[in-house]
Amino acid sequence: MTGAAAGPDREPSAASEVVDRRDFLWEALKASLGVPIALGVVRVPELCGMQEEVGENAERIYGMGIDIRKCIGCGRCAQACKNENDVPDEPYFFNTWVERYVIRDDGEIAVDSPNGGLDGFPPIEEEGRTLRTFFVPKLCNHCEEAPCVQVCPVGATFVTEDGAVLVDEEYCIGCGYCVQACPYGARWFDPVRHVARKCTFCYHRLARGKVPACVEVCPTSARLFGEVGHRANPLARFLRFNDIQVLKPHLNTKPKVFYANLDGEVR
Amino acid sequence: MQGYIYPNEFELRWSLLIVLYPYLTGLVAGAFILASLARVFNVKEVEPTYRLALLTALAFLIVAPLPLLAHLGHPERSYEIFLTPNRQSAMAMFGFVYAWYLMVVLLLEIWFDYRRDFVLWAREATGPRKWFYYALTLGSTDLSDRALGFDDKAGRWITIIGIPSAFLLHGYVGFIFGSVKANPWWSSVLMPVVFLFSAIVSGIALVMIIYLVATLFRSKKVDMGCADKLATFLFYAMVVDFSLEMLDFIHRLYESEESIEILSQLIEGRLFVSLIVLQMVLGTLVPLISLGLVSPALSKRGTRKVPAEVRRLIYLGCALLVQVGIFSIRWNVVIGGQLFSKSLRGLTVYKAELLGLEGLLMAGALLILPFIILGVLARIMPPWSEAELPASPES
Repeated sequence: MTGAAAGPDREPSAASEVVDRRDFLWEALKASLGVPIALGVVRVPELCGMQEEVGENAERIYGMGIDIRKCIGCGRCAQACKNENDVPDEPYFFNTWVERYVIRDDGEIAVDSPNGGLDGFPPIEEEGRTLRTFFVPKLCNHCEEAPCVQVCPVGATFVTEDGAVLVDEEYCIGCGYCVQACPYGARWFDPVRHVARKCTFCYHRLARGKVPACVEVCPTSARLFGEVGHRANPLARFLRFNDIQVLKPHLNTKPKVFYANLDGEVR
Repeated sequence: MQGYIYPNEFELRWSLLIVLYPYLTGLVAGAFILASLARVFNVKEVEPTYRLALLTALAFLIVAPLPLLAHLGHPERSYEIFLTPNRQSAMAMFGFVYAWYLMVVLLLEIWFDYRRDFVLWAREATGPRKWFYYALTLGSTDLSDRALGFDDKAGRWITIIGIPSAFLLHGYVGFIFGSVKANPWWSSVLMPVVFLFSAIVSGIALVMIIYLVATLFRSKKVDMGCADKLATFLFYAMVVDFSLEMLDFIHRLYESEESIEILSQLIEGRLFVSLIVLQMVLGTLVPLISLGLVSPALSKRGTRKVPAEVRRLIYLGCALLVQVGIFSIRWNVVIGGQLFSKSLRGLTVYKAELLGLEGLLMAGALLILPFIILGVLARIMPPWSEAELPASPES
């Protein structure tokens, strides 16, 4: 008979004004939750266990398939990307590029990508010593566990609901941590806009029901674009009927660019 | 260029300024750890450098974020790191770690340590100076034994909190690099620990340089007991630091992962001067052997008996070499980590520009600036023992 016993002795009007200890604690608890929410430190969906997992509720997850045997190294994809996405023409900035691998009979491996493969490739020297050769188109892998998204200090790099990794150019502070964190060299720093940039899967085209520019211009259909996990689409068939590999799987980035007939030497 | 690098790797994203950042933060953490030796661990000999170490830490901490800011593509958006930090990002914590260290640790400790002097200087001075010092007391002018006792106790506790904070400050910088799994040169669990011990080494060496040079310019006598003790601690810290680096090196060599070939090329070629010559030989082995011989680290009177004047010079030389070595460590981590392609098939080059926001001149200015700030601080609140006034009885 402690706190509660005082109740009946009080005037009814006074009792309504005095805050009960239990109420006070409850209010304080609510307020202590409310402040972090208001500050954005804690988000309500997380509190309620509604983790915003990539693609959990998304209608589609985009991905790309690349068939190494079909790529002829024409570089039209790289050119189309530069045109479509306003990528500076000076060399060394590429959302997508094509590498040529030349594997010699003594095991020596030579890789080149002059101007990203835009202007084609020079003839192979000492062709007689060549064991095999192939082209590898590269681009952002739009990783499910993207290291670039993890490291961005302000959250300017994010994953869309349909799995594309994008940069908010209005928000990027230009620290370059994402450039360092990308294992694939897929990010570059725009010298004019002073922000990090990368392949967007041509997100602006997807919004209009088109495929990425690099896919559209590929003369041999070496690149395929579509939804991952849906049976009735070309990408699903590609994933079903080929031996599929991704780049640097040991880093556990879970890429969404899938390669068919990829040589083990490619990194 | 040598071999194959991804087309986007031609331009190194993190330049000389990002080399400065871990270098400067390391000096802050190291200087603070040195100060804590006097304060918490009661190493009486290094007391003459206690306040100097604190002011040095403050001066360098003020400058530490500037190279980062200058390097950002959009420095005007840098406040977003406070407002909307991405909690998954190692870098997002920078603002909070920095603010904690500056506000909670360093400024508070300095204030508690200097409060008595602020009051006394305010009493002595006239005109605007009087008001300036009075403002620094924040209105707390009580010099009773109880109040001074509280100052001392508070200062001690802040230092105790400060030691793990200093570890956090620089270990954290190491984590920013060590957690990048895409980069085999950086990705190492030892990185934060190596950063930390190299920080302690650089901080002790820096305070030693400032102490020796400042004493010379002030025409005072160097307290050799203090210098010997500093040299001894420098030696111990260097032994730990060197062992950790060797451990990292041997571990990489023994594991021989797929990156070993390109990293060997990197060390034998691009980094030969900065890693083998500057970091290992001049920055570590030479000072380590010299200090081992002349300082009282290994035997009480030094393995080789050397007159005090010569010993001082050797200490100064060693401390300067250590600075070159530690700067090289930062260079080798930051620049070295970007000189090889993540395709592990080629090397690129880095050419620092002279002018511009990320040029050599800017870097030089940012290295000189902390000394200017320290000069001003030492003017306002002299860290020398003879500047302290005897407390007059409370009126």
